[in-house]
Amino acid sequence: MAYREQLKDNYSETRLIQRRLILSAVIVLVLMSIVLGRLYVLQVVEHDYFSTLSNSNRVRLKALPPTRGLIYDRNGVVLADNLPAYRLEIIREQVDDLDDTLQHLSEYVDISKQEIKKFRQASHRRRPFESVPLLFNLSDEELAHLAVNLHKFQGVEINARLTRNYPLGKHAVHALGYVGRIDVKDLNQLDEANYAGTSYIGKLGLEKFYENDLHGTVGFQRVEVNASGRTLRVLDENPPISGHNLHLTIDSNLQRLAEDMFKNESGSVVALDPNNGEVLALVSMPSFDPNLFVNGISTKDYKTLRDPKRRPLFNRALTGQYPPGSTTKPFFGLAGLEYSVIGNKQTTFCGGYYLLPNEERRYRDWKKTGHGKTDLDKAITQSCDVYFYSLAYSLGIDRMSEFMKQFGFGRRTGIDSTSERPGLMPSREWKRRARGMPWFPGETLITGIGQGAFLVTPLQLASATGALSLKGKRYKPHLVKSIEYPVESIDLKVIPVISGTYPLKKELNWQHIVNGMQNVVHGIRGTAHRIAEGLSYKIAGKTGTAQVFGIAQDAEYEEEEVIKKLRDHALFIAFAPVENPKIAVAVIVENGGHGSSVAAPIARKMLDAYLLPDQNNGDTSKQETDL
Amino acid sequence: MNRAMDGDQVSISRRVLDAFRLDPTLMMLLFILSAFGLLILFSASGSNMDLLFRQLTRLGIASVLMIIVANVSLRLLKKLSLGFYLAGVLMLIAVIAFGEVGKGAQRWLDLGFLRFQPSEFMKLAMPMMVASYLSSKVLPVGWKDLLVSAGLVLVPVLLIAKQPDLGTSILVASAGFFVLFLAGVRWKIFMILGILVSLMAPLLWKFALHDYQRGRILTMLNPENDPLGSGYHIIQSKIAIGSGGVYGKGWLNGTQSQLDFLPERSTDFIFSVFGEEFGLFGAILLVFLYLLIIYRGLYIAAVSEDTYGRLLAGALSLTFFVYLFVNTGMVTGLLPVVGVPLPLVSYGGTSMVTLMVGFGMIMAIGSAKRFLR
Repeated sequence: MAYREQLKDNYSETRLIQRRLILSAVIVLVLMSIVLGRLYVLQVVEHDYFSTLSNSNRVRLKALPPTRGLIYDRNGVVLADNLPAYRLEIIREQVDDLDDTLQHLSEYVDISKQEIKKFRQASHRRRPFESVPLLFNLSDEELAHLAVNLHKFQGVEINARLTRNYPLGKHAVHALGYVGRIDVKDLNQLDEANYAGTSYIGKLGLEKFYENDLHGTVGFQRVEVNASGRTLRVLDENPPISGHNLHLTIDSNLQRLAEDMFKNESGSVVALDPNNGEVLALVSMPSFDPNLFVNGISTKDYKTLRDPKRRPLFNRALTGQYPPGSTTKPFFGLAGLEYSVIGNKQTTFCGGYYLLPNEERRYRDWKKTGHGKTDLDKAITQSCDVYFYSLAYSLGIDRMSEFMKQFGFGRRTGIDSTSERPGLMPSREWKRRARGMPWFPGETLITGIGQGAFLVTPLQLASATGALSLKGKRYKPHLVKSIEYPVESIDLKVIPVISGTYPLKKELNWQHIVNGMQNVVHGIRGTAHRIAEGLSYKIAGKTGTAQVFGIAQDAEYEEEEVIKKLRDHALFIAFAPVENPKIAVAVIVENGGHGSSVAAPIARKMLDAYLLPDQNNGDTSKQETDL
Repeated sequence: MNRAMDGDQVSISRRVLDAFRLDPTLMMLLFILSAFGLLILFSASGSNMDLLFRQLTRLGIASVLMIIVANVSLRLLKKLSLGFYLAGVLMLIAVIAFGEVGKGAQRWLDLGFLRFQPSEFMKLAMPMMVASYLSSKVLPVGWKDLLVSAGLVLVPVLLIAKQPDLGTSILVASAGFFVLFLAGVRWKIFMILGILVSLMAPLLWKFALHDYQRGRILTMLNPENDPLGSGYHIIQSKIAIGSGGVYGKGWLNGTQSQLDFLPERSTDFIFSVFGEEFGLFGAILLVFLYLLIIYRGLYIAAVSEDTYGRLLAGALSLTFFVYLFVNTGMVTGLLPVVGVPLPLVSYGGTSMVTLMVGFGMIMAIGSAKRFLR
């Protein structure tokens, strides 16, 4: 070792190492300059770009859904409001593995395939950092289960949101309609920006028709969030504007009264104020609970509602089309007088059937033995068919059709709701167009008693009855009395619109018809005489029995033998008080048999309730406490 | 330095420092840097006082160790070199055999009373060993010594890389390499080595690197390819630094860091927090402070009168620089993400102890000249 030490040249070694140290110092400087250059590029040259990125990292636009407008009945009873309900929501951006998260969540709550499907649909229209509801309306138990375990899940939240609620449940559902979760179909129609954050949309009825009024305007919040998307503070806010409140023309007491009268029967009642077209009750039975639809109905519940016999989802008042039967007789009677094809006292002999010239076929009267010598008053009071066959034959289908259209038959009334159907007022032109066939004289006869192709909706029938009570002046039926703008505190009244006026040639003609209708109830032989008991005001009415199926020639119609489904529909129209009509009603009880026995009592009860509120006081107050 | 010997004019603090054989310039610089570090750590941790105190405690322990090491004589240090090195290698083998797995890598050795990271220890033992070996040889280094030294470097580096810990193996390798470099390996050899490495690069890429390491390099080249996966760190770090601008967003006001967008912000990515909150000015100041520390170390090396001291002090100072360069290069997207902390600033104990002990050695080398003769 010693000799090697001597070989070491300390001076040159020192110089060598020092040179290398200096070189190192230079390299250090060069490399750090590169880093500083990089910093310069990032912080000066590209500063704006990174500033923007930094802001878009932390600032987010959050949609604030507006509160949906409330719906009240004409007396201020709440028909639709919003209640807070707990929802399970997911922010997709924060979920690493959605399937895995859903799998784990289902250990704590039941999540159906249907709900997952709906969730995936809904998440398509939300941005990744927006929360998408998975489960609505968590029960207390589910809430407790989830809340305790929520920390295990990233991007899963429980939020209280306002959810549509219908306090009356199944009452008035066909007048109101309902809201449901926004689906693919709705997406094509709605304004995406305004519905950012909204989960519900009107699906049917008023809720759909007045969607734009009820929904309101979306608000926005600029919020600062952290990396896990949690909102830290609100930077600024543009609050949402609540939807407008609707005040309906519906009287919920009258509505419930009518619905309760139906018990297990199916059918429909429409009651309106003829003087302005305000619909007081719009009943379609059986009914259903719209609350089931708000958060998406379960398959099981939906199955029961799809009952093909009772069809609770079917809105009979607007969509149901029925043969009007004898309820058309006052109208055709008036047509006969107005066109002078009959005189008031002119009689027709009824022998139980009517024969067209040169035809074998017998057109039967409901009364096999016939009514004998029959004038107009008797024809209406006792509902003689033969009289009206003869009248129809004299009038001809063209005049009948033209006259009836002036009372709104065969055309939509234009009510402010969805899915109204037009009914059918047959005519030559219609037959050619729809069936490609000429009009047969026999069809004129059966149209004359409201059968054959003639179809009306309960709403149309009520509207026509109202028009008749006002000597031909027909107001457009409507469900909304006023629209309240809560922010501006404006109550916008809906102005009644006259949708048609029949110019009466002679007021006396009308008087004859109304007398006949009055006798239907008040006359000793009137078909609805049984409801006259204890009446303190005057009702003008007309019963009707609509055949559901045709009776073969010479066949006997035995009510008992015919299964219920094929039994006749029972109808009744009425307005009251006769001197100063305030309410017009049309009642249809499906397969109810005779109008006089089933339909008329419903009408009487409603007229009493509406015209004599004092007598019903006890009743109404009880119902209100039930709410 | 010699002025320190002159009696009366010398201040009391200087005398105290001298008594503990501490280098006043380096002490002051380290003190300022630590203060900076605590300041930014407070912000990066979300004003977490607990964390700050833990870091302060470590800093205290590390400083005590530094003072102790500063008082060890150069001769003893040199004598310990071989023993330390052998112990280090044995411990690295032990880690692979019985080590604890943390974050997918075996790095820790649990000795019952303390958990110990032998690779960290190797950062010091390596330059000591190579310096001690080469200081007894004739410089510049000949082929035979070069091969022996290369072997001394490669064995522990490969053991560490196997753990796997790319960051530490780079640091350990550079510590050994710097000794060789300072000891005057000829340029010709560097060129041959360079050519060899570039020839072997594809093979290394294929066989020596783990998948995640390859991924990190690819990510560095194009972080936007995988913005939510491995590119996320780099993208968020660049956003933090870039959005800081010239003057920064202000202390505790960095949105990227305070709102959790920046991952690993109190450890490996703490420089990004600094860049965001103090801007380009702050970053330049910090880099300048680091450079002063490095140059002070290199100066102590240069003026040392002992070859071993020169080589060791130079290598330790340059290793400190590698920390700085790799970390700042990584957070600015110049280099791939390898787990190298920002020295003395990043939260974490082991590297701080190693670094401070290293500075203790540098001080011991610096004071050797003053006191040993």
